[in-house]
Amino acid sequence: MEFRLYMLQRLSALVMAPLVLGHIAVMIYAVQGGLSAGEILGRTQGSVAWAAFYGLFVLAVAIHAAIGLRVIASEWLGIKGIVLNGFAAATFLGLFWMGAYAVTAVVVGP
Amino acid sequence: MGALASGDTLDVSVWRGGPEGGAFERHAVPTQDSQTVLDVVTWVQQNADPTLSYRFACRVGMCGSCAMMVNGEPRWTCRTHVQKVAQGGKLEIAPLRNLPVIRDLATDMADFFDKWVAADGVFKPTATRDDPMPAVLPDSPERVAASAGIECINCGICYAACDAVASNTDYLGPAALNRAWTLVNDERDGGQDARLDAISGAGGCHSCHSMGNCVAFCPNALNPTAAIAGLKRETMRSLFRKRR
Repeated sequence: MEFRLYMLQRLSALVMAPLVLGHIAVMIYAVQGGLSAGEILGRTQGSVAWAAFYGLFVLAVAIHAAIGLRVIASEWLGIKGIVLNGFAAATFLGLFWMGAYAVTAVVVGP
Repeated sequence: MGALASGDTLDVSVWRGGPEGGAFERHAVPTQDSQTVLDVVTWVQQNADPTLSYRFACRVGMCGSCAMMVNGEPRWTCRTHVQKVAQGGKLEIAPLRNLPVIRDLATDMADFFDKWVAADGVFKPTATRDDPMPAVLPDSPERVAASAGIECINCGICYAACDAVASNTDYLGPAALNRAWTLVNDERDGGQDARLDAISGAGGCHSCHSMGNCVAFCPNALNPTAAIAGLKRETMRSLFRKRR
């Protein structure tokens, strides 16, 4: 289990690395070009590509962060077993829900 | 601090107590040329308090018995000169961190050695004494990697220095994993799958955060952090091997 989580965390990092660069590039482009919220939504709404980009990003972040926080919680708070795994699962679901909510709002609309 | 001269007095605090707790006791110890921390502890026992318990054997840095915390850092006391570690003429000597105390400066190292066994740090022969000796090339990458780690004297200093051990009691620790890595690189060994399983579970090599305290304090200048990184790579490789 520990080894599988370790591998999953490294794989999610591998996925995140190019997405983080893409995300930063998008932010700089949007700010420098002076895009309004409406113009941004005009580009993202209905776009399968943006949905895939940020959907994958959100999934990778939720996996990566939940595994990392699980280790920290185990070492700093001394929790183990079902409590620890419950904490990690809740972290994953919470992050994924918040991220998916945001992606849906930007891609699908209100 | 200025250099201590022979005839000066050291202000030495020695931890006294047992599993339930204890406290430091102060002693004024005369300095001598080339005095080691172990010399200081021995002076206290022979001249001030014969009931002081501590552990040593070879006095020349081979046996790994005399490690203690000296001014908060783990040291092999027989090879640590007072001149190099005393701060303002003061020494604070305590039992090794991360291990239960038996009495005074002597710790119970059972956990430490049990973890060597748990890490499968035992040679699994593939040949008998009747078979010819395998030719291990001295400059093969495996032999070089093994050679880098085999001078461990089991002193427990890396284990005491490791913050991952302090925060995760299941963690096997740098010494046991370093031993496993030397065996992973032993081409005569036939127990690699079982060993990689043993070091992949809870508390295995993946619990190392690569902080490098083991490297900083190893008295024999070994690099357990690199050994553990090698084990992590090897567990990943074995994962892909199994899939095929």
